[in-house]
Amino acid sequence: MKQKILALVVAMLSAISCLSLAGCGEKTKSSVYFLNFKPESATVYEEIAEKYKQETGVEVKVVTAAANNYEQTLKSEIAKSDAPTIFQVNGPVGYDTWDDYCLDIKDSKLYSFLSDKDLAIKDDGGVYAVPYVVEGYGIIYNDEIMKRYFALPNKKTDITTAEEIDSFEKLKAVVEDMTANKEKLGIKGVFASTSLATGEDWRWQTHLLNIPLYHEFKEMGNDIDVALSMLDADEVTYKYSKNFENLFDLYINNSVTSKNLLGSKSVADSMAEFALGDAAMVQNGNWAWSQISGVKGNTVKASDIKMLPLYMGIEGEKGQGICIGTENYFAINKNADKEQQEASLKFLEWLFSSETGKKYVTESLGFITPFNTFSENELPDDPLAKEISRYMKDESVENIPWAFSAFPSDAFKKDVGSALLDYVQGEKKWEDVKKIIQDKWKSERS
Amino acid sequence: MNNPIKRWFPIFVIPTLVAFLISFVIPFISGILLSFTEFRTVSDAQFVGISNYIKAFTQDSTFLSSLWFTVRFALVSVASINIFAFLLALMLTRTVPATKLFRTVFFMPNLIGGIVLGYIWQVIINGVLYRFNYSITSNSAFGFWGLVIMMNWQMIGYVMIIYIAGIQNIPNDIIEASRVDGAGPFTTLFRVIIPSVMPSITICLFLTITNSFKMFDQNLSLTAGAPANRTQMVALDIYNTFYSRTGYEGVGQAKAVIFFLIVAIIAFVQLRITGKKEEEA
Amino acid sequence: MKTSSFDKFLFVILIILSAFFIFPVFIVLINSFKLKFSIAATPFMLPTDETFIGIENYIEGVNNTGFLSAFGWSLFVTVLSVAAITIFTPMTAWYIIRVKNAFTSILYYSLVFSMIVPFQMVMFTMSKTANVLRLDNPIGIIFIYLGFGAGLSVFMFSGFIKNVPLGIEEAATIDGCNTLELFWRVVFPILKPTAITVAILNTMWIWNDYLLPYLVIGNDYKTIPIAIQYLKGGYGSVDMGALMAMLMLSIIPVIIFYLSSQKYIIKGVASGAIKG
Repeated sequence: MKQKILALVVAMLSAISCLSLAGCGEKTKSSVYFLNFKPESATVYEEIAEKYKQETGVEVKVVTAAANNYEQTLKSEIAKSDAPTIFQVNGPVGYDTWDDYCLDIKDSKLYSFLSDKDLAIKDDGGVYAVPYVVEGYGIIYNDEIMKRYFALPNKKTDITTAEEIDSFEKLKAVVEDMTANKEKLGIKGVFASTSLATGEDWRWQTHLLNIPLYHEFKEMGNDIDVALSMLDADEVTYKYSKNFENLFDLYINNSVTSKNLLGSKSVADSMAEFALGDAAMVQNGNWAWSQISGVKGNTVKASDIKMLPLYMGIEGEKGQGICIGTENYFAINKNADKEQQEASLKFLEWLFSSETGKKYVTESLGFITPFNTFSENELPDDPLAKEISRYMKDESVENIPWAFSAFPSDAFKKDVGSALLDYVQGEKKWEDVKKIIQDKWKSERS
Repeated sequence: MNNPIKRWFPIFVIPTLVAFLISFVIPFISGILLSFTEFRTVSDAQFVGISNYIKAFTQDSTFLSSLWFTVRFALVSVASINIFAFLLALMLTRTVPATKLFRTVFFMPNLIGGIVLGYIWQVIINGVLYRFNYSITSNSAFGFWGLVIMMNWQMIGYVMIIYIAGIQNIPNDIIEASRVDGAGPFTTLFRVIIPSVMPSITICLFLTITNSFKMFDQNLSLTAGAPANRTQMVALDIYNTFYSRTGYEGVGQAKAVIFFLIVAIIAFVQLRITGKKEEEA
Repeated sequence: MKTSSFDKFLFVILIILSAFFIFPVFIVLINSFKLKFSIAATPFMLPTDETFIGIENYIEGVNNTGFLSAFGWSLFVTVLSVAAITIFTPMTAWYIIRVKNAFTSILYYSLVFSMIVPFQMVMFTMSKTANVLRLDNPIGIIFIYLGFGAGLSVFMFSGFIKNVPLGIEEAATIDGCNTLELFWRVVFPILKPTAITVAILNTMWIWNDYLLPYLVIGNDYKTIPIAIQYLKGGYGSVDMGALMAMLMLSIIPVIIFYLSSQKYIIKGVASGAIKG
């Protein structure tokens, strides 16, 4: 008993001394701490950090925020003693939130690499965030299934290849005829699930909504920079509500999944459905390639993966391209130590200009970058990235920029997502969704 | 009057006191102060009066709806947990074989953490609903009853143990006496057993009410508030306001203060009422 | 005593109810051995030749979530925090009861008060304080748990100490014990049953706690609940198979802990409640 007590007292005293000694619990600051936005690239970044340490001896700590949790993770991490030195903002709205933390990097090499200097986020003569990837989205389709459809003897449309689809009417005709023949085509539905689970609805409330709002602002004579005029707008008329409904209804009425179950579907579910050949089409962007190729037992051949623009019946949409832009900008933490800031910039410069770094960027991350350090032939060779470059080079189409970075707030997008789910489950009419978009835009901007 | 213990203050009190100050007292006071300011990272806090409190009720429709959802949830689950647990306790204090084993089984879910619990029940509830082509997010009623069932599964065992202890503490001769007086089982239950376990009822009501009101983990993992925040409880609403809405940090803190006041008032009132019943009994 | 026929009927009812209580865990168990695509729609089907994949989900899950390190951190934080609470709070409780003055009663009531305050009230300010004081690491969080656990623990200890007769302590003082020795040699052994109860209640709380460790150390040191929430909430791809395996792995230690010390747990809950 005595010994037990003695041991206990010793343990207790050592605990006290430990807690009172500052050194005991303090952790060392990382020289480079990168808070990564892209969950799908988490393991690649860790590999890159490993490689960078081998080459230079500099430790790079990579932390990946859970999907749709970036803002929240950043908010709690940036307050810590060991705060991220490299973080990302999603555009002008994101910069507005984090401007107190963004270092002016106009003298950095990273900024000098930018082919088009206007892409960076500037404020008062300083440069505060630099985009690092150009991405595109549209309707991804599996050409093998499409060919199967076009070879059907009883098909009702007179379209013969997927490339011929250049309007909403044609898309609708083909999709509905495919649904009528889905057994023969061996699919469960034309479109993969319209995922509407919490945090999984960004393909609709952000990406798809980009199109009607882009057209609305463009028509108002703001075709120089739609995003900037959107940023200043206190209200939207949302005049293309009906067109949004056109395409959205097409998705949910010709889906692999019945409407009531869409609320529990994730993006990963839809990508798996596409990869397994259960669906012929899915709306997503080139970042989804790793998800498609990563599905075990996937049946889609890389050579059959193509992309179509998002047609929704808006006047003059013939000749419309896919949506190309970025919501990924790197910023350096202004409050980090000088050495940390320099080390962080060095790391990014290495990643986007050294041979090893560039190889990771094109081959493993699959990024199409806006940097002049990459030559014409240093492009990722996955099928979706190739589609993006094809559209970027095609002079006959007009691609749509990512204006959604000027949407008022995350809360706006979340509420739109919830409204869409309610619409799908029959709790709201389309008119209500329209009203929510108008009202929330207004209240979030006030 | 020189108490020798006093000299040992540094060892006996300081560690707990400092820890308590750092993790509770300072955060609590600064939390109240911050609810009157607009801030993003504390250092930039600016006094804005009670506008956060006004915003919590006006600009943000989710607060009132999640408060109402929480109240409904608490009413249903407090009632059901206590009734079921009390019935189980009555059964397990009879001469049924293997009571110990049953006790072990019924208590087991209580040790499983809220996050894990939520995912377990999500699989089960979705598995049932899928047959009818629904999922837990199809309708807020599914989420509501899902939360109630899950909470019952988790808490019944715990509450039951307290009732068993209470029932076992009743002296046998009191029950015998009422039997001899010719009282039937129901009369014995309402005249003798329930008044005698009043202290246990106080504790169990207190525990289940505060737990239902404060529930967070289970809510986050089972429904995360879907669909359209209609199954979002107050704790989750505060968390979301705080961490997912830039510019609403002060409003989140104000909601937290209101939430605290509500819980405190309910706990106080409930302890007073049942406390009185206890004295009467 | 004889078992009446009514009790036999109750026995059957209780068996059915037990099945209902075990059923969810059983479902997780069978699904953890199934192919991930055959879980969501048909969770109640036993694995068949086609869907049975052995421990593949477990391997996948452990690799994806870093479950082993999460287990390690959960164990580290829980054991040390519970140790700190069981060492320091009885001393404080004893001091509060034995030294009666304005300060100790204010301290006592503040501690009791802290029990009813919802965590959301201090969630942000506490994690901010932890950051400023550099307590945002697995050692520092022990200190935070000591502060948060102090309310219930001091309350329970002092409820018990009130009933400890002063005579024993006086006798020990005459024997020449100093106060620290007196406490650990004489008082603490008497408090042992309460100490076990306090340790168990705190273990159950800290082991399962999600939000506090998530906010304070979550991104660097994931405990089990954080790892599971991350697996589900993060990374876009919800691998149902891995999720089932991880749920099972997180339940197993709890069940082992429970079965090995259930006597104390059930006693602790019952007695803790009566004191409360």
